[in-house]
Amino acid sequence: MPRDIPQPDTDEIKALIAGVSDLEGPLLPILHALQDAYGVIPDIAQPLIAEALNISRAEVHGVVSFYHDFRTLPAGRHVVKICRAEACQAMGGAALGEHAQARLGVEWHGTTENGAVTLEPVYCLGLCACGPSAMVDGKLLGRVDAQKLDRIIGEIEA
Amino acid sequence: MKIYIPLDSAAKALGADEVAEAIQAEARARGLEIELIRNGTRGMVWLEPLVEIEENGERLAYGPLAASDVPALFDGKIETLGRVEDIPFFAHQTRLTFARCGLTDPLSLADYQAHGGLTGLRRALGMNALQIVEEVKTSGLRGRGGAGFPTGVKWDTVRMAKAPQKYIVCNADEGDSGTFADRMIIEGDPFCLIEGMAIAGLGTGATKGYVYIRSEYPVAIDMLRQAIQIARIEGVLGASVLGSRHAFDMEVRVGAGAYVCGEETSLLNSLEGKRGVVRAKPPLPALEGFLGRPTVVNNVISLATVPVIFEKGAQFYADFGLGRSKGTIPVQIAGNVRFGGLFETAFGMPLGQLVEEIAGGTASGRPVKAVQIGGPLGAYFSHDDFATPFGYEEFDGQGGLIGHAGVVVFDDSADMLKMARFAMEFCAVESCGKCTPCRIGAVRGVETLDRIAAGDAGAVPLLTDLCEVMKDGSLCALGGFTPYPVLSALQRFPEEFGTVKEAAE
Repeated sequence: MPRDIPQPDTDEIKALIAGVSDLEGPLLPILHALQDAYGVIPDIAQPLIAEALNISRAEVHGVVSFYHDFRTLPAGRHVVKICRAEACQAMGGAALGEHAQARLGVEWHGTTENGAVTLEPVYCLGLCACGPSAMVDGKLLGRVDAQKLDRIIGEIEA
Repeated sequence: MKIYIPLDSAAKALGADEVAEAIQAEARARGLEIELIRNGTRGMVWLEPLVEIEENGERLAYGPLAASDVPALFDGKIETLGRVEDIPFFAHQTRLTFARCGLTDPLSLADYQAHGGLTGLRRALGMNALQIVEEVKTSGLRGRGGAGFPTGVKWDTVRMAKAPQKYIVCNADEGDSGTFADRMIIEGDPFCLIEGMAIAGLGTGATKGYVYIRSEYPVAIDMLRQAIQIARIEGVLGASVLGSRHAFDMEVRVGAGAYVCGEETSLLNSLEGKRGVVRAKPPLPALEGFLGRPTVVNNVISLATVPVIFEKGAQFYADFGLGRSKGTIPVQIAGNVRFGGLFETAFGMPLGQLVEEIAGGTASGRPVKAVQIGGPLGAYFSHDDFATPFGYEEFDGQGGLIGHAGVVVFDDSADMLKMARFAMEFCAVESCGKCTPCRIGAVRGVETLDRIAAGDAGAVPLLTDLCEVMKDGSLCALGGFTPYPVLSALQRFPEEFGTVKEAAE
């Protein structure tokens, strides 16, 4: 389903930060809350977080950029994650990854030109006895082959 | 009639939700009263979605099922697999930690107690902290995350530390490929982890717990959050654990896609809201852990094994196993295998028996070439190692590690040079960047393996040397153990690195 990303609003961001800021070690929960709301960590949020937690902007930036999950640029309307780890490789995961890149015409982390699909590598979904595995818009998939992947991509592009 | 359909991630990935929907629709259409229970998985992934129907005191299994099989299932036209307990893969196991997983309704505390749950916690409430720690020491339980450090010793350090606040941190950042035991027990028996953490709290004087779960596990996150909420309402967690004078509460924290956060010190940094970089040890987390306070950091399986130790007694648990590897280990059989899934067994089963007999060889039907044990930092083993019994010291003796007990099988199409390159590439992607051998070494490792792949066998000594530096000079297991898969591939499959050819020239 295409997801409309609401435009970030300073008061709303502040409210989201305040909602979790009294946890012990609140920064990751704050970043997850923001990304859940906006699909990205909005640029204007970083100084607001720094102020709320009394840490430097550089520290906030350092944390945002450290973790693979946090985005500063929006993903496509759909996100296809394909496992690249060893157990899936043992079942043809590498070939599936190459197929996905060719089918979508993007490299890992790339988004198709029409903004429909972002392709991400993932290192293990814990589906190691039914590989190769994938996650499409949060839905888990096991024993994915090129045909099954093409069908799924066809469905979400439609 | 009760119908069980797993909500486990692997079952879902193979269509369990669709089967559940079809069963409800079909029952409605036929006017049948059914009680649908979404249980954990029994651990036989090749049979998922595995549906169990309980009627007239008998619980029979069917699988793997597709949604289109459901009308035939109701017509009695699908042949049953019989009782799960009689399926050889299951019958050969010793299920202690996973005794309830797949059997019970994971979110029913009544069901949990009907199958022995909370017995251990009640017993622990009648003991003092020292007695609790001694019980864990007697059980011989060692860290199931991979390091194999004696759990009781770690708890004792925290118990004796003086601080106004101590913590129990559960490491559920199960990032190793080929492992899914943490995910499976959190999805299938979450109260078991909660009970284990509460006992850890009693034994050490910690009143607050955190479970750091990786973001790649949305089902587990959701299940554990629900279970914690139920446990609070039912008085298992909170200011008075089961009506006692002890307090313990816990919450779930979600990771953000960094493999290195499975390392305990970088996990603690991440939990504190910092970059997940590794800390130098000492100080030990047991003394200066989360927010600088005494902290137990244990893997999910270590903590989830504590309840059965207190339910049945430390000696009962210690009587299983081999040498200093006591108790059971949930082996996760993965990759290219006929029968993949979770196999809990006493330590000591030879690797070859696991791979050829239990796992039934490869799914592709081709010969087994290599087996990687213990995740992306574990060694590749070959047929020559198949006599090695499953145990911490035994695997160490073969230049490997059991890690989190993931067994990934590869058939003869595996390219070992590529697998070695992948190990270095993965290390380069996931390095936290704090120490040079890991940050730079992994990148140089990829380049050196590319030279070897291009025919430069002279680069092999350079690779070996680089691996030595990474092993000895890295701060944590990421840089320190990446040489395991690389060197084991080189040693066991030298012909694929061009070194055999060079020697002949």
